[in-house]
Amino acid sequence: MTVELILFFLLAAVALGGAINLIVQTHPIHSALSLIVVMVALAGIYLLLGAELLAMVQIIVYAGAIMVLFVFTIMLLNAGKEERTAISRAATYVGVPCGVLLTAVLAWRMVLSEAGASASGAETQGMSRELSGMLFTSYVFPFELTSILILVAILGAVVLAKREM
Amino acid sequence: MPLASYAVVLSAVLFGLGALGFVFKRNIITIFMSIELMLNAVNLSFVAFSRIRHLLEGQVFVFFVIVVAAAEAAVGMAIIMQVARNRQSLNIERIDLLKL
Amino acid sequence: MSDFVASYAGLLIALVKVIVVMLVLLTVVAYLSWFERKVVAHIQSRWGPERVGPHGLIQPLADGAKFLFKEDPTPAGVDPFVYVFAPFLALSLAMTTIAVMPLGPGTLKIFGQTTSFSVAESNLSLLVVFAISALSVYGVALGGWASNNKYSLLGGLRSSAQMLSYELSLTMSVVGIVLVTNTLSLREIVEAQRGTVLGFLPRWFVFPQIVGFVCFFISAVAETNRSPFDLAEGEQELVGGFHTEYASFKFAMFFMAEYAAMVTVSFMVSVLFFGGYLSPFPDSPAFHWTFYLPAALALIGGALLVPHGLRYHTAFGRVLLPVMGVALVGVGIVCAQRGVLGVIQGPFWLAAKVFVVLFIYVWLRSTFPRIRYDQLMDFGWKFLLPVSLANVLVTSLVVALRMQR
Repeated sequence: MTVELILFFLLAAVALGGAINLIVQTHPIHSALSLIVVMVALAGIYLLLGAELLAMVQIIVYAGAIMVLFVFTIMLLNAGKEERTAISRAATYVGVPCGVLLTAVLAWRMVLSEAGASASGAETQGMSRELSGMLFTSYVFPFELTSILILVAILGAVVLAKREM
Repeated sequence: MPLASYAVVLSAVLFGLGALGFVFKRNIITIFMSIELMLNAVNLSFVAFSRIRHLLEGQVFVFFVIVVAAAEAAVGMAIIMQVARNRQSLNIERIDLLKL
Repeated sequence: MSDFVASYAGLLIALVKVIVVMLVLLTVVAYLSWFERKVVAHIQSRWGPERVGPHGLIQPLADGAKFLFKEDPTPAGVDPFVYVFAPFLALSLAMTTIAVMPLGPGTLKIFGQTTSFSVAESNLSLLVVFAISALSVYGVALGGWASNNKYSLLGGLRSSAQMLSYELSLTMSVVGIVLVTNTLSLREIVEAQRGTVLGFLPRWFVFPQIVGFVCFFISAVAETNRSPFDLAEGEQELVGGFHTEYASFKFAMFFMAEYAAMVTVSFMVSVLFFGGYLSPFPDSPAFHWTFYLPAALALIGGALLVPHGLRYHTAFGRVLLPVMGVALVGVGIVCAQRGVLGVIQGPFWLAAKVFVVLFIYVWLRSTFPRIRYDQLMDFGWKFLLPVSLANVLVTSLVVALRMQR
């Protein structure tokens, strides 16, 4: 039971708690806050798995910008609590067993698929340097394409959200 | 490497929870957030597998997933705002017909 | 006892460092409010706090007691969890960033164990600072929304939109430094500023990266919602902006969070552009007398404070000020001892630079008029962001040309 494993179980418990809270809460702002908790916990798990630059990018971009967008929308649209209707009740009774089945099948297949993995630990010093090197040399074309994608998304969002004059 | 195996199982569970939320929540924004939860679960599995196989490409792909999720969230929020303006409701049961 | 210490040594030492840094930070945040009121008052030709203790020195304690004992009304219709959570989030995030700042060179020996001279500095400290400032938008936005008040909501949304916009130019201004030093660790950035140019000018990054410095400082002032960019929380504008409906302790938490963010930004400016814990004097043996500067300053300050205190006009001042003077003289003597002399250099110069930057912050507040919100957003997006991008371009060009040679 190394310190890493204890930390991982702690962070996993926080992530699971946040995800369950996301589904259970009725007001969207509480779900948004739970999702932020999940993202920060996942960033901690990325740190444990040796992906340090990704952990920071996850917090800066995902939890710090995308979720702010969600929170702004919820505030501006004045979203209120959800209502429970007959359809949503039926969906719950059918959906929960299917969801559990989906999770079980996924987990089983994914654990089976790492049967051919090597056992030595990778070194984590300087991994952000290698990662950014790879991003700017072998994967520079997708990188530039994503910047164009973001430009298109900004233009689309501005056009879509404008009020008709 | 037991840590990464547990991370893979966690990612499957998070994905299942996200799928559950996607199926039985009624507010559009909460459904969108369940999609983001599923994307996060997939990111976690990428990072875990990149650690198991000692390939850095998994982490590179996570970068691209985060960027695409950002673009998708921006456009999705704009669409949600228009829908809310037109139908005056965020409940998907009131937005399930193409005509008003 | 010693093997108990040895087995849990790492944890104990980390705990000791965290406690010391937290205590110092809380004291600095409290007395920063006193400092700000005094400086603004003197610039406006008046005295500032004078009555609560000599020179108003007990004012922060009185304010703290007031915040603790004041009635804590909760407006109707607020979301209970978010209303309590928002100031707590703002304060805890603002207090966390100091953990990754390098406080001194090399390592330190506590209880016989060697440990780095910072709380949790790592090779990604710069990104940690930006991550925490990205998360601190939530304190403001959620605080404004949870108050069930249109004006708070508007103020909160405006503040958070301003913070998000200026975060872009904040991060872009630093990219120039990262290109030159090739590292994201704050300690290595400070170490890259060691040495001198032409024999006497220190190799600080403010001289080559002057554009980056100006962009960073302006963006940081806007990011922390301080004057002249404090439209969303100024009293004449939206009452209190996002913290209108907060009273007593929750308001105190927002207040402390703002000052802690100021301290964090001052640390960042000193570390990134002004050489952090490095002394401005060159490292040659001719300048070894500068090692005694902290001790000399404390001794002279204490020696001047004692006669001034003995002639103060209130009885309490006649007791407190000479005691403080004697304590300062004691600190000066301790700083001159051989063991402490080497250790105190780094933190002393860092504290001096942070103090100067904090003074500039307060000076800005009392000098400039408030900027209107649309002018503010125009300035951030249409001027600062292109200028910081241009800085990145020019710096990368120069670095690439230098690598060619």
